[in-house]
Amino acid sequence: MAAGGELAAVIGVGMTKFSATRGDVSMPGLVREAAERALKDAGMVWGDIDAVVMGKAPDFFEGVMMPEIFLGEALGAVGKPMLRVHTAGSVGGSTALVAASLVHSGVHDRVLTVAWEKQSESNAMWALSLKQPFQVSINAGAGGYFSPIIRQYMEATQAPELIGCMVAFKDRQHALLNPYAHLHQPDLTFDQVVESPMLWEPIRYSETCPSSDGAAAMVIVNETEAEKSDNPAWIHAGAMRSEANNFPGRDEVNPQASRECAADLWNQAGISNPREEIDAVEMYVPFSWYEPMWLESLGFCERGDGWKLVESGATHINGGDLPVNCSGGVLSSNPIGASGMIRFAEAALQVRGMAGEHQVEGARKAMGHAYGGGAQYFAMWVVGKDKPTT
Amino acid sequence: MTEIQIPSSIRNLEQVQSVRTPIRMEYTFTPGVAAQTYLREFGNKKILGNVSPVDGAILVPPRGADPRYGVLCDEFVEMPHTGHVGSFCVTNVPIPGRELELPYISAWIFLDGADIGFLNLVAECPPEECRIGMRVEAVWKPDDEIGMTAENILYWRPTGEPDLPFDEAGVRGWHVRKHGDSDA
Repeated sequence: MAAGGELAAVIGVGMTKFSATRGDVSMPGLVREAAERALKDAGMVWGDIDAVVMGKAPDFFEGVMMPEIFLGEALGAVGKPMLRVHTAGSVGGSTALVAASLVHSGVHDRVLTVAWEKQSESNAMWALSLKQPFQVSINAGAGGYFSPIIRQYMEATQAPELIGCMVAFKDRQHALLNPYAHLHQPDLTFDQVVESPMLWEPIRYSETCPSSDGAAAMVIVNETEAEKSDNPAWIHAGAMRSEANNFPGRDEVNPQASRECAADLWNQAGISNPREEIDAVEMYVPFSWYEPMWLESLGFCERGDGWKLVESGATHINGGDLPVNCSGGVLSSNPIGASGMIRFAEAALQVRGMAGEHQVEGARKAMGHAYGGGAQYFAMWVVGKDKPTT
Repeated sequence: MTEIQIPSSIRNLEQVQSVRTPIRMEYTFTPGVAAQTYLREFGNKKILGNVSPVDGAILVPPRGADPRYGVLCDEFVEMPHTGHVGSFCVTNVPIPGRELELPYISAWIFLDGADIGFLNLVAECPPEECRIGMRVEAVWKPDDEIGMTAENILYWRPTGEPDLPFDEAGVRGWHVRKHGDSDA
């Protein structure tokens, strides 16, 4: 392990039901719900936890500055070390990696990590379109930022126009297998996805993620503690990278930071052929076209071939050899700050055999992935059913 | 827990789910040497770029540093008012705080000679005719409305000249120039 030192494993996973408005709970209530479920899954109580690591998207989304202080009591962190992680949309992933690092380093034995967002009490669209002093205000939300990047991918690869719709339809079908998913659209047809209005052409309404409330939590422990669990998800590798969002020659479609993060990850995990060796992928896809784009960037296929994997059905839970986002993904639930941790937690559920109806049969190695900012912050991990040998 | 007694006069009212409390903060923003120099000249209808001391890359608008190396950029160069579309979005979503007719085109504009782009509005062009590599020119506000603001250029419009090929448009142009002819 590049992280070095102690082995670490996930022995508890908890999530809230994701929905547009969780009016029944406050922010503290929301994070506590996920944390309690993770503790229960781990067979632990609050007193068993050594430290808490919390992440969420920028504070100005909800307008609560330093919410980690406000939420300390709800997370049982009073009198314990608590860390807050900030890496924009990738934060759920990096938060999990920071929690894991506290165990890998031997500093703590049992760490609770939580990530969340309460979009119903915020306005992310507005927050992401803030006018900067002395700059022209022209960008309408994240879709306005990612659309020109997607357009370049489409033109460079000459991919069929409806590949993005295929991803969106697949993820909404997967969401029906996940009771926690925000969007449950059993009657949605592929034609309805295609016919949904263009918001940020080439991105259609149905190709974008929803705005959700929700939280995800995990209990990450050292080897001694993990041995007590009957189904730990062992952390085989974890990597983070970032880059500036505008510099000469920047590959916006396939960022250097993404490629190098993935290369480091596979190297740590001793994986030479990710397509063959990974059984389930939870990838951060807030706009449908990012599935083929990340498939290429992460090395699941050659550059320019990502859309062919989508078209072939390889990423579908039914019959695909590389199921992507069996939980429904970010396209079906997007509590922004939590979205990365949900990917990491879902990967853990897959190798623990606890993913319920969206379980990939026999999954032994799974990948969790998150990105953020202008596709410039990356966090990834590989978890396995078996203890790492490398 | 104590049972809460709700007065009968409000018992049938809908419960408050959320309260909106708009707040306002005023502050003085100092843009720094690079942006200040840029804005002063922008008020004279000149567009300045920064030159990277590392490899001569031209960064518009100037930020005072090269984000690749973290080095200070204190050399400025005047840029032409023409360029091309690196990529773009046809937007059907209104921008908070700005009234634009929908749909509008937001595009990454790469000025001729510049090595990074900036987001700006493209108009006088039907959305279906906008293309990556399309050549554009600045349309300025009337002279008496020009000031020290980022909004002196109303929008960019097509010049009708031949497009740049996809492989030379936007961020890809840097690699072509770097590995191509000697004037890079």
